[in-house]
Amino acid sequence: MRAFLGFVRKETLHLLRDRQTLAILLLFPVVQVLIFGFAVRTDVRDIAIAVVDPTPDVATQELRERIAASDRFHLASVASSTRDLDRQFREGSIRQALVLPTDVERRLGRGDSLQVQLITDGSDPNTGGIMQGYAGAVVDRWYRDAVPVRRALRIDTQARMRYNPTLESAHLFVPGLVAFVLTIVSALMTAISITREKETGTMEMLLVSPIRPVAIVAGKVIPYIVLGFVSVVLVLVASRTVFGVPLRGSLLLLLAESGLYIVTALALGIVISTKAPNQRTAMIAALAGLMMPTLLLSGFIFPIDSLPAPLQWLSHLVPARWFLTIVRGIMIKGAGLATLWQETLVLVAMTLFLLVKGSRGLAIRLG
Amino acid sequence: MRTVVFLVRKEFLQIFRDRTTVFQIFMIPVIQLLVLANAATFDVKRVKMLVVDEDRSTVSTGLVQRLQAGGQFDVVRYEASDADVDHALLDREVTAVLHIPRRFEERLVREGHGPVQLVLNAEEGATAGIVQSYANAILASYAAELSRTLPGLRGTSARVSPLDLRTQRWYNPTRNYKYWMVPALMVSLTTIIGLLLTAQNITRENELGTLEQLNVTPMTKIQFIAAKLIPFWILSMLIFTIGLAIGKLVFGIPMRGNLLLVYLAAGVYLIVVLGMGLGISTITRTQQQAMFVAFFVILIFLLMSGLFTPVDSMPDWAQTVAEANPVKHFVAIMRAVLMRGAGLETVGRPIAGLTVAGVAVLALAVLRYRKSVA
Repeated sequence: MRAFLGFVRKETLHLLRDRQTLAILLLFPVVQVLIFGFAVRTDVRDIAIAVVDPTPDVATQELRERIAASDRFHLASVASSTRDLDRQFREGSIRQALVLPTDVERRLGRGDSLQVQLITDGSDPNTGGIMQGYAGAVVDRWYRDAVPVRRALRIDTQARMRYNPTLESAHLFVPGLVAFVLTIVSALMTAISITREKETGTMEMLLVSPIRPVAIVAGKVIPYIVLGFVSVVLVLVASRTVFGVPLRGSLLLLLAESGLYIVTALALGIVISTKAPNQRTAMIAALAGLMMPTLLLSGFIFPIDSLPAPLQWLSHLVPARWFLTIVRGIMIKGAGLATLWQETLVLVAMTLFLLVKGSRGLAIRLG
Repeated sequence: MRTVVFLVRKEFLQIFRDRTTVFQIFMIPVIQLLVLANAATFDVKRVKMLVVDEDRSTVSTGLVQRLQAGGQFDVVRYEASDADVDHALLDREVTAVLHIPRRFEERLVREGHGPVQLVLNAEEGATAGIVQSYANAILASYAAELSRTLPGLRGTSARVSPLDLRTQRWYNPTRNYKYWMVPALMVSLTTIIGLLLTAQNITRENELGTLEQLNVTPMTKIQFIAAKLIPFWILSMLIFTIGLAIGKLVFGIPMRGNLLLVYLAAGVYLIVVLGMGLGISTITRTQQQAMFVAFFVILIFLLMSGLFTPVDSMPDWAQTVAEANPVKHFVAIMRAVLMRGAGLETVGRPIAGLTVAGVAVLALAVLRYRKSVA
């Protein structure tokens, strides 16, 4: 036991001595929260729109003003012909164009049909659809106000965004960030630190010492468990103080689940390190095999329901997916263990499997 | 010159000797591109919906039918009251709840408009917004249909809307999300591999002690940096080419612009990225440190590049910061040239900017590199 404690101390010293890595490890969660909260937004704002208005009059003036007044659009140009549109779209200086017919006011007065063309840069189908919806709504409202006699049925939709009424992006990303940061800190760091000993030859020295291989690995991961907890707390505190992200469920449950996930991630790191001959392999495996799936197959950025069926199935194998559901449940929805027990069980099972696999791999001596 | 050629050969030998790494360098981008291109989508299909229909009229039944028929909604449950709604949302059993209140049809006929309530699980923000826009579109077209067909409508002046709004979507009329994501994913994969490999390279020599051997040779700092840069530049260009080929053959992405322009941009961009990688490896001592710094840089660059979320949506200060992000410019160039067929007059300026950045980064890497041991 004393030998083991001494070993843990050695590992902790290793970690603390490397100020640069430590600084990044601690800075990492905070910077992430700031970037996600401030800079990564999925809402569409500030759309550059061009209006082609061959015969400007009071009615079209009103429409242009409405577009300019909306904070979703900014009026990039007003032209009398469609000549320049192609070039502007290609340059990317506009993303939408509204092409009006001639004599709008007279047509409105006579009650003639009014043909308006709305061109949208649909390169990004998602944003394209949203932009089309916004512009269509502005035109529609303008038209309805301009022709008061018309009477058509309307179904008023009153939409309620449950759990996140303002669709605040920080609220959406912070839970994912907890999962992401923990995967990086725990899995990547463990994988690298174990393979490093292999590569520099010091693993051999450790293996001939009286400490058992399992104890060596345990000693190596303990400092990272602590570091993982520190990261979670940093993310929570940063997101709370800067963005006011709620924690609706129990803090204790959240920390306990985080503890579970830290062990899962560490076990993953151990498995990678038993397979990888050197740090480069370990690093690429950890980044490609963990970072990208954690970003993209966990529901962090792209919703799981949107994935094609085989990938949805694959996403079940990504531990971050389950952890993400848990963290979102606790933080955003205020759910308790009664709702989240299934996800928790899956994580426990995964962890046990990985630990067994990792320790099996360790039993084999350096070959 | 001969020195550089020898050193480049040495680097290639070192890389290709390590089979695992070679496999990783080439296979991971390929696999990732194939998998991620399918994963990176905000498309929402078959949203599970719970309907609380308190009206139980012809109109309300028709409304539910229209929602079902579009294929975007899947009504999995009907309830007579709100009692169980909370639980279904909390449990993720359904994503959306449509509540049609009593007297919906009656109000529609009498007052010309009737309210419905749509409750969405906004845990995942992007989805909620899209689901809402789907639902709105369906409801609006149903309302227009009712205006024509609903019997007993008071005041027969309800005529078909004479506003004829014709919408067009350019560049991606089939709304294929992959066309949008694949060019950008290619950028991210080459960036990750290139930056990590170069960042790790010199520190590895440092850790293994072979850097000292190189330092005692008569070669200059410029030769050293060049010899480290060239092999990875060639490798990265190769990966990029494979990516383009997959994009074309597997995903059929449009290539409307000039491919030479794409390659010119890629070549210059990679000098920036690899130069940064070398820069990182001159300021760090161990591989672990180097990887961590590289990783940190990559993540910030990728997230602020407009790859996943539009740059235009970022606050002004973040957009200004993003101007200094090479990834953002290359992603924009790729999309502009491939999708919109933009030419040199559009992408010339960002390419020139990347060139300046490349020269600066390389100069910095040469200056920072010390042949002597502290």
